[in-house]
Amino acid sequence: MQGLEMLSNPTFFVIQLLNSISMGMNYFIIAAGLSLIFGVLRVINFSHGAFFMFGAYTCYTVSEAWGFGFWPGVIAAGIFLAAISVFLERTLFRFLYDKEHLMQLLLTFAIVLIMGDVAKVLWGTDQYSVSYPAALTGAWNLGVTYYPSYRLVLCGIGPVILLGVWYFTERTRWGRLTKAATQDREMLAALGINVPVIYTSVFLIGSALAGIGGALAAPTNSPVPGMDVFIIVECFVIVIIGGLGSLWGSFLGALIFGVVYNFGSVIFPNGQDVFAYLLLLVVLLIRPWGLFGKPEQA
Amino acid sequence: MAILETQNLMKDFGGFVATNNVSLQLIEGERHAIIGPNGAGKTTFFNLITGHLTPSSGKVIFEGKDITGMVPHKVVRLGLARSFQRINIYPRMTVFENVQVALIARDHNHFKLFSLGEPHNRQDTKDLLELVGLDTEALEIAGELSYGKQKQLELAIALAENPRVLLLDEPTAGMSPQETDEAIELVDRITKERGLTLLFTEHDMSVVFGISDRISVLHHGEIIASGLPDDVRNDPEVRRVYLGESLDGEGH
Amino acid sequence: MLACLIVLIALVALPMSGDLHAMDVTVEIMILALFALSLNTLIGYSGNVSFGHAAYFAIGGYTNAILLTTYHVPLLIAMPVAILFAMVASMFVAWFCTRLTDIYFAMLTLAFSMLVWAILFKWREMTNGDDGFVGIAMPAFLDDRVPLYYFTLAVVTASIGLLWLICHSAFGKVLVAVRENRTRAGFVGVDTRRMRWTAFVIAGTFGGIAGSLYALFKSGMYVENAFWTQSAQALIMTLLGGMYSFFGPAIGAATLHLLEILTNRYTEYWPTVLGGILLVILLFLPDGMVGLAQKIQSRFSRNGGAN
Repeated sequence: MQGLEMLSNPTFFVIQLLNSISMGMNYFIIAAGLSLIFGVLRVINFSHGAFFMFGAYTCYTVSEAWGFGFWPGVIAAGIFLAAISVFLERTLFRFLYDKEHLMQLLLTFAIVLIMGDVAKVLWGTDQYSVSYPAALTGAWNLGVTYYPSYRLVLCGIGPVILLGVWYFTERTRWGRLTKAATQDREMLAALGINVPVIYTSVFLIGSALAGIGGALAAPTNSPVPGMDVFIIVECFVIVIIGGLGSLWGSFLGALIFGVVYNFGSVIFPNGQDVFAYLLLLVVLLIRPWGLFGKPEQA
Repeated sequence: MAILETQNLMKDFGGFVATNNVSLQLIEGERHAIIGPNGAGKTTFFNLITGHLTPSSGKVIFEGKDITGMVPHKVVRLGLARSFQRINIYPRMTVFENVQVALIARDHNHFKLFSLGEPHNRQDTKDLLELVGLDTEALEIAGELSYGKQKQLELAIALAENPRVLLLDEPTAGMSPQETDEAIELVDRITKERGLTLLFTEHDMSVVFGISDRISVLHHGEIIASGLPDDVRNDPEVRRVYLGESLDGEGH
Repeated sequence: MLACLIVLIALVALPMSGDLHAMDVTVEIMILALFALSLNTLIGYSGNVSFGHAAYFAIGGYTNAILLTTYHVPLLIAMPVAILFAMVASMFVAWFCTRLTDIYFAMLTLAFSMLVWAILFKWREMTNGDDGFVGIAMPAFLDDRVPLYYFTLAVVTASIGLLWLICHSAFGKVLVAVRENRTRAGFVGVDTRRMRWTAFVIAGTFGGIAGSLYALFKSGMYVENAFWTQSAQALIMTLLGGMYSFFGPAIGAATLHLLEILTNRYTEYWPTVLGGILLVILLFLPDGMVGLAQKIQSRFSRNGGAN
C-alpha cells in the first residue's frame, strides 16, 4: 500500500509520530478532566464537550476579538469554564448525585442542548480562526525534520498536566479527601468534612481542564458549532480504553488514540474514525474495564 | 451418603482468609446448622457453595458432581437454593410476581417470548404463597411488607426452585420472638414434608438446638467442631470460643 | 385497552380527512413511537440504559434504502433483510455490552453506535456519506401518501403488538425481575446475562423495523440518524412518557414530536426548549407523564374515597 511505503521514510514517520503525540496530548487534557469528574462524582458528563467548545470560543474572543493574545485567552478559558461549572454544579448537578445514572447522563445532555444554543447566540455560526501564539508561529529543527513549534509545546504541556493532576490527587490532603468521598460520603460528612465543597472543587478543576483543552485546540481546530458533540465521544473512547476514572489510563488512551488516528489515516485515508472505534473494541475484548480500569463491584 | 460436600474449601481475600480448609459433609435429609461468632465466615461459606464467590482452592461436590466455581444460576438448576441474610427480593414487584418469577425460571419458561406471563404457574404460585402463609398479601408490593413477611417471601422464592438442598442464611435475623417461632415452625414443617436437606446459619441458639440434627461450629473461617448437638454443646473448644455466651438451648 | 382501540380507529380514519400534512406528521410519530418503545424494552424492562440505539435504526434504514435503490431488490425482501441486519448487528454488540453493566454498559453502547455512524459516514460509495442517501426507489404500491400511511400503520401496529406480547410474556416478567434485582434473579436460576442479551436483541430488531420504515417515509437516510444525539432523543421520549409503563414511550414520542413542530414555528432554538423539558422531567417528573397521570389519578380516587 502507498501509505505503508510513505511510513518507511523516517522523516515522514517522525512527523506522523509527533502529530500523534501532540494530538493525543491535547485530547488528554480534556479527557483527564472527564476522567477526574467520573472518578470522584461517578457522573458521565456529556456537557464536558460543550465546556471544551466554550473554551475554544472564549480563547478566540479574548485573544483575537479583544486582542489580548493567545495565552491570556487560554487562562481566561480555564477561569470562565471553572465559573460556569461551579454555577451548574450548585444549581443542577447537586440534586442528582443520589439519583440513577440515567438521570445524571440526561441532565448533562440537557446542558449540552442548552449550551449549544447559547454558543450560537454568543458567537453565531461562523467558523473562527485563532492564530498561534506569537513566539510559536514557526517551526523548530529537530535534526531529521522541522516541526511546528506550537505542536511541540503541546507535547510538553500534556505531561505537565498529567503530573499536576497526579500530584493533586495523590499527594495532597485534597486528593485524599476526594478519594475518601468516593468510598464513603456519609463517613466523611460525619467527620466534619464539607463534602459538597469537595465535589464542587472536583467539578471545577475537571471543567477548567476542558476549557483549557479547548483553548489549546483552537489554533489547530477552529471553533465551530457542533464541535462539542464530536469531541465528547472521542474523549469517551479515550477514557474507556484507559479505564474509567484512571488518570494514567486516560494518558495512555489519549496517546494510543492519537497514534491510531494519525497512522490509520495514512494507511487507510478516511478510515481514521472507524479505526478509533475498532481499537476500542479490541481493547474491550481483552480487558472489559479498559487498560487501567478495575472491575465494577458486584 | 453425602448429598453436598466441601473438600478443603478455602477463600482468601487478598491476605484475609475468610474460609480456611473447610471440609463438611451434608447427609441427605439432615438439618445441619452452622454456628459461630460474627465474622466467622458463615456467609462467605454459603457464597462459596452457591457460586456467588469462587473458592481460592478446594472443591464443592453436589450429588457426586464437582460444582466448584459454577455460576449461581447453574448451581440453582441442580437443586441447591438459598435465602439471604439481608432481605433480597424484588421490592417493587408484587408478592405474587416475586414467587411467579422463580417458578417461571424453574420451569425453564423465561425465554418464552410470546406466551403470556399471567397464566404461567398461577396455581403453583398460589399454592406456594399459601404454604408460607402469604396468600392474603399476594397483591401487595413486596417492599412494603413487614420485615418478617419479607423473610417469609424470601423463603417462598427459595422453595419455588424445588430444591433438594435448602441453604438458609440467618432465616430469623431481625425477627420478633413470635415471628421467629412461626418461621421455624414453617421451615420445620416444609423440610419434613418435602424431605429437604437443610443447611442453615443461625444466631439464636434455641432455634439451632431445637431443630438441628447436627451442628458445625465455624471460627475464624475454620471448623472447630462438628457433630451431634450434645457433643458440640460439651466441646471444650466451642465453650472457649463462646466464652460468656450460653450454649444452653433453654436460657440466655 | 379501550384507549388503544380508540387511537387505532382514529389512525385508520385519519386519511379520510384528506389532510396530507397531518398524515405526514402522524407517520413520523408512529415510527418514532415504535423506536422509543423498542428502546424501552431494554431500558424500562431490563434496566440497561443504551446510549446507542440509533445505530439499529440507521442499520435498518440504510440497508432497506440501499437494497431497494442500489440493488433493485423488491421491498418484500429488502425490508426483512434490513430488519435481519439490525438484528444480527444487535446480537453482536449485545454480546460485548452485556458483559458490563450500568455506566459501562451505556458507554459501550454509545461507542458501538458511533462505530456504525463512522462507517456510514466514511463509506461514501455505498452510503453517499454526509450528503445522505436520498431518492429511494420506492416500490410501486407505496408510491403515494395514502398507501404509505397504511403500510406504516400496519407494520407499526403489528410490531407494537408483538412488543406488547413480549413485554407481558413469561420472558417479560422475568426481565423485570432481572431489572429489579439481578443477583436474586441469578439465584433463582435465571441466566441474567442471556436475558439482558435477548432484551438487547429485541430492542435492536424493532429499532431496525422503525428505521426501515423511516427510510421509506423520508425517501432517504442521513448519517445524523445514526449519531448519538439521535439516541439521546429517543431516551428523552422514553423518559418523558414514562419508562415504567408499556405505552409511556409512545406518548412521549408523540408529545415531543408535536412540541418540536410547534416550537420550530416560533424559534430556531428547539434544542434549548428540549433541554428545558428534559430538566423539568429530571427534576420534577422522574416517572414521566404516565407516572404523573397515575399520581393525579390516585390522589383523586383517594379524595373520592374520603368524601
